[in-house]
Amino acid sequence: MAKYNKKKIGELIDGTLEFYELKDMMSSHKDPERFGTYMSVLQERVTWDDPIILPAGLHLYIVQKASGDRIVKCDCGHEFCDYKDNWKLHANIYVRDTEEKMNEIYPKLMAPDTDWQVIREYYCPGCDTQLEVEAVTPWYPIIKDFEPDIDTFYNEWLKIPLPTVKA
Amino acid sequence: MTTKQEELTTHIQEGVFQQSRGPIGWDGKTLKQMRKETDEISKETGHYAGLRTLPFKESDPIRFEKIFSKLRGGVVHARETAKKVAASPIVEQEGELCFSLYTPDADSIVTSTGIIIHVGTMGAAIKYMIENDYEVNPGIADKDIFCNNDNHVGNVHTCDVHTLVPIFWEGELLGWVGGVTHVIDTGASSPGSMSVGPVNRYEDGYQVTCRKIGQNDVLSKDWLLESTRSVRAVKYWTLDEKTRVAGCHMIRDLVLDVIKEEGPDVYKSFIREIIEDGRRGFVNQVKTMLVPGEYRGVSFVDVPFKDLPVHDYAKVNSIMHSPSKIKVHKDAKLEIDFEGTNRWGWHSFNATPVSITSGIWVMLSQTLAPNDRINDGAYYASEFGIPLGSWLNPDDLRSAHANTWHSLVAAWSPLWRGLSRSYFARGYLEEVNAGNAHTTNWLQGGGIGPDGELHAINSFECAASGVGASAVKDGISHSAALWNPEGDMGDMEIWEMLEPLVYLGRQILPGSGGAGKYRGGSGWQSLRLGWGTNDWTMFVAGSGHMATDCGLMGGYPGAAGYRYSALDTDLKERFAKQLPFPQGADVDPDNAEWDTVIEAKTIHRDRQTVSTEEMFKDYDVIMNYLRGGPGFGDALERDPKNVAEDINAGYVLPRYAEKVYGVAVKEGKYGEYTADEAKTIKLRAQIRKDRAKRSIPAKEWMKQEKERILNKEASPQVQHMYAGSFALSEQFTDEFKGFWDLPKEWMVYEEDLNVPTYGAHINRFKDNK
Repeated sequence: MAKYNKKKIGELIDGTLEFYELKDMMSSHKDPERFGTYMSVLQERVTWDDPIILPAGLHLYIVQKASGDRIVKCDCGHEFCDYKDNWKLHANIYVRDTEEKMNEIYPKLMAPDTDWQVIREYYCPGCDTQLEVEAVTPWYPIIKDFEPDIDTFYNEWLKIPLPTVKA
Repeated sequence: MTTKQEELTTHIQEGVFQQSRGPIGWDGKTLKQMRKETDEISKETGHYAGLRTLPFKESDPIRFEKIFSKLRGGVVHARETAKKVAASPIVEQEGELCFSLYTPDADSIVTSTGIIIHVGTMGAAIKYMIENDYEVNPGIADKDIFCNNDNHVGNVHTCDVHTLVPIFWEGELLGWVGGVTHVIDTGASSPGSMSVGPVNRYEDGYQVTCRKIGQNDVLSKDWLLESTRSVRAVKYWTLDEKTRVAGCHMIRDLVLDVIKEEGPDVYKSFIREIIEDGRRGFVNQVKTMLVPGEYRGVSFVDVPFKDLPVHDYAKVNSIMHSPSKIKVHKDAKLEIDFEGTNRWGWHSFNATPVSITSGIWVMLSQTLAPNDRINDGAYYASEFGIPLGSWLNPDDLRSAHANTWHSLVAAWSPLWRGLSRSYFARGYLEEVNAGNAHTTNWLQGGGIGPDGELHAINSFECAASGVGASAVKDGISHSAALWNPEGDMGDMEIWEMLEPLVYLGRQILPGSGGAGKYRGGSGWQSLRLGWGTNDWTMFVAGSGHMATDCGLMGGYPGAAGYRYSALDTDLKERFAKQLPFPQGADVDPDNAEWDTVIEAKTIHRDRQTVSTEEMFKDYDVIMNYLRGGPGFGDALERDPKNVAEDINAGYVLPRYAEKVYGVAVKEGKYGEYTADEAKTIKLRAQIRKDRAKRSIPAKEWMKQEKERILNKEASPQVQHMYAGSFALSEQFTDEFKGFWDLPKEWMVYEEDLNVPTYGAHINRFKDNK
């Protein structure tokens, strides 16, 4: 069974592993220690102290607050909402709904036709990072991508204690 | 109370069984009884065939694995050997074939490599025969050969032709072997294996419904005559059939050898336990790789049929809507629900439930369960919701399916994204995949070939589409299609031998892969010149008005599609005078260089990327555009050096380095680009400021969008899509109206949209509008 140290997982996160190393990772049985190592690397890298419960996307984390709340938070420090809410509803949005706006991203004829589809870009209000993109028909409800069952994951699957706020 | 027909059937069954040896199932049971018992006990216990323990595997694991290895190796070997029989490049070059071994009651035990979507479709065919008492009439005997390609039995599309052979041991049925190939033409109303012209079953090609086509290992003469008169490109049909029969017989011999060595009882125990083992293995993978919870996604694909020369009732611009929810339950059961999918339509892109459920295993075997134990065990560990009346489950035998992949590849893309959110959360970043390209175009046509024979083509160059980006690297460019593990664009020289189309170019298409921190794998184009045609037609089939994926975590979707063809050109004169002519790819459609070096009576440069047969002759040209994959992460985080490299390698046009990636590039003496890192930092900071300026809080935007909904400001095709979902699904309607907080009376009805509703049956508004 493969085992990777923090340095290796850091390099994985940074995208600096060589392809043969990634290939070995993909072909090996998954290492059960991965989650713990990954979480400790992520926690060391963020500039705030809230314990990370689960990564919710690139730059996004579900964190534990002292109040007991579980909040979606960007690595810039911006806090969106409770993890059961849809963080996109609390983001800034820009909609590409004309040919001109589409042509900023794609050459002519290679972008969606805005009579059929628009592109919605969701930015973090704190750092203006583009956190998610939706290519949907007009009128489409904002998609709630992910709602993890955190308690089952920790208590029944991993059988490890949930991260807590240090007193 | 029984009907006369049932009484007659019972009478016939009793009579036949009395005349013959009796039922062919285990312990004197009929196959129907076996099927019923397996279903009931599996459901009741939660374990396949009620196997709470695996006594054989647990007591003698080496022997158990030895049998597995023999069978698995055998089916793979049979595929590799048999495919050399075929002449069709689709089978021989692209590997579009697969063999699978089944229990007597149609559960898959082991499967070869190849187009493993057919694990389920061939199982569905065997189940159909069991359900319809084939045991009685036409009878199932040793050395029989059956054929199926009926879409409504559970096939993917008409061109996937199955050969099914029973395996007997001392008068008892111990299993089935099935083989499938993607045949280049099955006699649809237009040539090629994935036609666009058909809009109903009766135009969808020659459909064979689980028919007995041979006895004593010999194909019947009437079958050979009828089938070869029903399709174009007869030599490929014939050699494909020989491929399938050869593979099935190799596997049958292998199984009989194993039974001879191990004994029938050991074999019977093995085939039950290996499926339960597969189920347990899949549950284990779910717990290892995923996070319990719910994942939602959606995709769309355009069906621009309004102006095509099809039947009146099919002349509709529509959108195939594919919402999906993955639910990973506490007990690691994987549930995938397509509630909200809109109505099926009069086009050849509909699907059957088996094609989507079986097809999902193609995807899962490349990501969640990448091992060789692909069998029906995983099926028993999962659950699917597929709404009746939707394009995934048409409620009308007339629906057409010749090009199901148009919609299936779109429907799968959100599932990659959902699973990838789990992998990302658990730290398995190497497994993240932003989604799959719309693996098109399908360049098809046919007529009288250069050899004077009736011919049809379907270029499989799209087996090398762009792959979605991962969380740690770019998607692989021009390399793969999720439905075909071979990932091969085929040799130009081979395609030219078989198609009256000369290559004027094969080139990467800049901007086709979705932008992102990691770029989606790039697509590409080839340009073909008519040469040696005779009574020839061509058409295209791909996505056009819409991107079929979303990108992941800030990445952009792969580019949408367009078509290009030029008919009645001046190329003959240009060649004679050695003047410039179109070559390579249409690298920048904003500044189309091709258009400056060709004159033609007709030039199609538009989004009509599904088209019907158009006459095509020598010196006409047609483009094949193979799509790129979606990107991952914010493009402003891409390493500037990689952006410059992308320009130099032809993956990105220079002007998009600044616009999309925020990278300032400079051109060197020899036309090579490098990134200016200092300017890039400033440029990226400015783009972030621009984002803040041009965006608004999502909740503010929702108020504006709600007004547009209330005023019904959307194109007819968009409204039609919603109306088709509303008519089928109360749940989707409630969620939609709830999200936008719409008044009770607000609704979009299909019949108010001034488009044909012919064939629309299920409609929950029918009685209470």
